[in-house]
Amino acid sequence: MSVIPTSASGAKAPDLPLAASARYRLVRKARDGERASWLLSSPLVLVLGIFLVLPILMIVVVSFWGATEFSIYPAFEFDNYQFLFGSAVTYQVFFKTFVFAAITWVFTLAIGFTVAYFLAFHVRSLTWQIALFLLCTIPFWTSNIIRMISWVPFLGRNGIANSALLQMGLIDQPLEWLLFSDFAVVLAFVHLYTLFMVVPIFNTMMRIDKSLVEAARDAGASGLQILTNVIIPLAKPGIMIGSIFVVTLVMGDFITVRFMSGSQSANVGRLISNDIALLQYPSAAATAVVLLAMVLIMIAIMLRFVDIRKEL
Amino acid sequence: MTISKENKGLSRRSVLRGAAAAVGAAAGSGVITGFPTIWAQNIKNVTLRQFGTGVSNLNDVATKVKEDLGFTLEMTALDSDSVTQRAATQPKSFDIADIEYWICKKVWPTGNLQAMDTSKIKYFDQISPIFTTGKLTPESVVAQGTAPSTVGFVDGADGTKFADEVTRWMTLIPTIYNADTLGIRPDLIGRPIESWAELLNPEFKGKASILDISSIGIMDMAMVCEAMGAIQYGDKGNMTREEIDKTIGIFTEAKKAGQFRAFWKSFDESVNLMASGEVVIQSMWSPAITAVKSKGIPCVYQPLKEGYRSWGGGLGLSKNLSGIELDAAYEYINWYLSGWVGGYLMRQGYYSAVPETSKEFMSENEWGYWYEGKPATAEIVSPTGDVLGKAGDVRDGGSYDERMGKVACWNAVMDENQYMVRKWNEFIAA
Repeated sequence: MSVIPTSASGAKAPDLPLAASARYRLVRKARDGERASWLLSSPLVLVLGIFLVLPILMIVVVSFWGATEFSIYPAFEFDNYQFLFGSAVTYQVFFKTFVFAAITWVFTLAIGFTVAYFLAFHVRSLTWQIALFLLCTIPFWTSNIIRMISWVPFLGRNGIANSALLQMGLIDQPLEWLLFSDFAVVLAFVHLYTLFMVVPIFNTMMRIDKSLVEAARDAGASGLQILTNVIIPLAKPGIMIGSIFVVTLVMGDFITVRFMSGSQSANVGRLISNDIALLQYPSAAATAVVLLAMVLIMIAIMLRFVDIRKEL
Repeated sequence: MTISKENKGLSRRSVLRGAAAAVGAAAGSGVITGFPTIWAQNIKNVTLRQFGTGVSNLNDVATKVKEDLGFTLEMTALDSDSVTQRAATQPKSFDIADIEYWICKKVWPTGNLQAMDTSKIKYFDQISPIFTTGKLTPESVVAQGTAPSTVGFVDGADGTKFADEVTRWMTLIPTIYNADTLGIRPDLIGRPIESWAELLNPEFKGKASILDISSIGIMDMAMVCEAMGAIQYGDKGNMTREEIDKTIGIFTEAKKAGQFRAFWKSFDESVNLMASGEVVIQSMWSPAITAVKSKGIPCVYQPLKEGYRSWGGGLGLSKNLSGIELDAAYEYINWYLSGWVGGYLMRQGYYSAVPETSKEFMSENEWGYWYEGKPATAEIVSPTGDVLGKAGDVRDGGSYDERMGKVACWNAVMDENQYMVRKWNEFIAA
C-alpha cells in the first residue's frame, strides 16, 4: 500500500517527465506484483474462509442460541455459558482433558525425540534412514479407530497381556487396570500420536549441519552437552510443531476416551458429543467455543518459546 | 412432501413417481382435492414413507407390503434421538412414524400426528389389553413409567389430551414390544441371581456394567435402588429431582468404588463385554443375549423378582395424511396386525400387538417356545436363519403372560428430563 502515495507525488511532478515515467513503471510493476500475489493467495483465502472461518463463526453464533428439547431457536443469551461455567463437572472435565494432554505430550515427546534422534544421527545411510522412517508410518495405513480397538483384546481381563504375565508367573490375578482405565486411554493416545512428534523433529534434525556437532566435539563437548547445547536448541521448531499436533489432537479427541475408558472417563470432546446426541446444539457449541479458546491460548503460549517462522 | 423436479423427463417411471408424489403432496396439503383422480384410484402408485428406530424398520416388511398390498413403503432407520426430533419438527418428512410410546408422549402435543379411528381397525378387539386397558389380566396393576395405555388414546379426532380410558381415537398402533432385564453369565457367577440389587453387589466388583443411554439407564438404576430398599419411588418413570439425585448418588459411589468394568452405548459393545467375560452382569437387550449365545457362550436373560423394565413402540400417522394415502395407511395397519409381521417379530423374540393372529404364521414348536414358554421340540430358528435354541430349551422368563405380567416399569420420559440428563453427564464424568 505504501506505493500509492509515491504514485500520487509522481503525478504531481510533470516537470520531471523521465523520472516520473520511470517511477510510474516501477509503481505499476509493484502494483501488478501486489495484484498477482492477491490473486495467488485468493484460492486459499476462499477455501479457508468458507470451510474454516465461516463454520467457526457459525459455531460461535449458535453458542448464544437457545434450545428446547427438540429444536434450537435464534437468540442472544448467555444461558449456555452460564450453565457451562456454573457446573463443577465442566472444571473437572477440562482438568482431566489437560491431564490427558500433558501426560500424552510427555510420553510422545520422549519417544518421538528418541526415535528421531536415532534416525537422524545414528543411522548413517540415507537409504536406511528413509526405509526406517517409512517403517514408522506403516501403522498409519490402517484406520485410527482400528488401531485403537485392537488394544481391547490385547489388554482385556483374558487378553494376551494378562495371560502372558500370568504364565510367566509375574502376577497371580489378571490386572484389571490394563483396560477400561485412564492408563488404557493414555496408552492409546501415545500409540496413535507419537508419529506426529517423530516426523517434524526428524525433519528439523536432518537440517542440522553435521559439522556443528563435529565442531562441538572438537571443542571438547561431551555427548550430553552436544545434545543439550546443540541438538535440542536447533530441533526446537520441530519439537514445537510436534507438540502442537499432539496437544490439539488429544484436546479434541472423544472416541479414544470413550472406547479405551469403557465410557467411564470423560473429556471435553465427550461432553460435546453427549450434548449433540441429546440435540442440545447450542450448549455443544458453547463448550466447543471454550475448548477452542483454551487450545488457542495454549498454542499462543507454546509459540512464545519458539519463533517457528524465524527458525524454519 | 417433496417433489424432485430433476426427475422430470428422465424416464417414464420417474415421471410417474413424481406424479404420484405430486398427488400425495396435493392430497396431503388438502389444497387441491380430487384433482388427478386417474391416479387417485390406483393405490399402487402410493408411496408411504415410514421412519423409526432400527428394531422394527425391517426391509422384509417393505418387500412383503409391496407383494401383499401393492404399494411402496419407504423405510428410514434413525436413532431414537433423531426419531424424536424428526417427529416433532419435520411432520412433512414422513407419513408413518414408528416411534416408542415415551416418544409419543413428547411428540403428540406438537400436533404432528393424527389420531386413528379404531372402528377402521379390523383387529382392534384382539389387541393385547396391555395397550388398551393397561391390564394384562383384570387383577393386574398398570405399571409405572410411560405405560402405553396412558398415552394410547385421546379424547377426540383432534384431541391433544391423552384419555384415561379406551376411546375411539388411538394415538399409536402397537407394533413391537418386549420386557427387558439383566443379562448374566451363569457359568462365571455360579449361583442363582434373583434380584436387580445384585448389579451393585460387591461380589461383582469390576465385573458389572450399565448402559450409557440416560433415559434407559436411569430406569435400570431405579430398579436396582428400589430392589436394594435404598429408595422408595413415587413413580420410577417420573422421578422428582430429589429422587434423581439420590439414585445417581448411589451409583456414583459404586462407580468410584470400582463396581463397573465399563459402560456401553451400542448393542455390539454389550455383546463384546459379555462374550469376553469382562462383565458377568449388566443391563442388556434381548437380541444381544441371543448374539452372545450364538457364539456358544452361556448367557441368560435373567428374570428377576422385582419384575421387568418394558418398552414398546407403535405406528403413528402424520397429520398430513388424507385421502387415498390415508386409506392406504389404514390398509397397511390392518395388514400389519393380521399376523405375518407378528410372526416375523415373535420369531425374533419380540411380541406382537395381536398375538393370536401371529399364531397362524408360526409353527407349533415356535409358538410353544416363544409365546407359551414351553420347551422347544425342535431347533428354534430366527427369520434370518440363525439358530437361537435347540430342542429342549425353554425361553428365559417363560411364557408371554409370565413375562409381560411382571412389568414393573415402562420406558419413560420424565418431567425433569433435562435435569436428569445433566446429572447423568455428571455421573459419567465422576
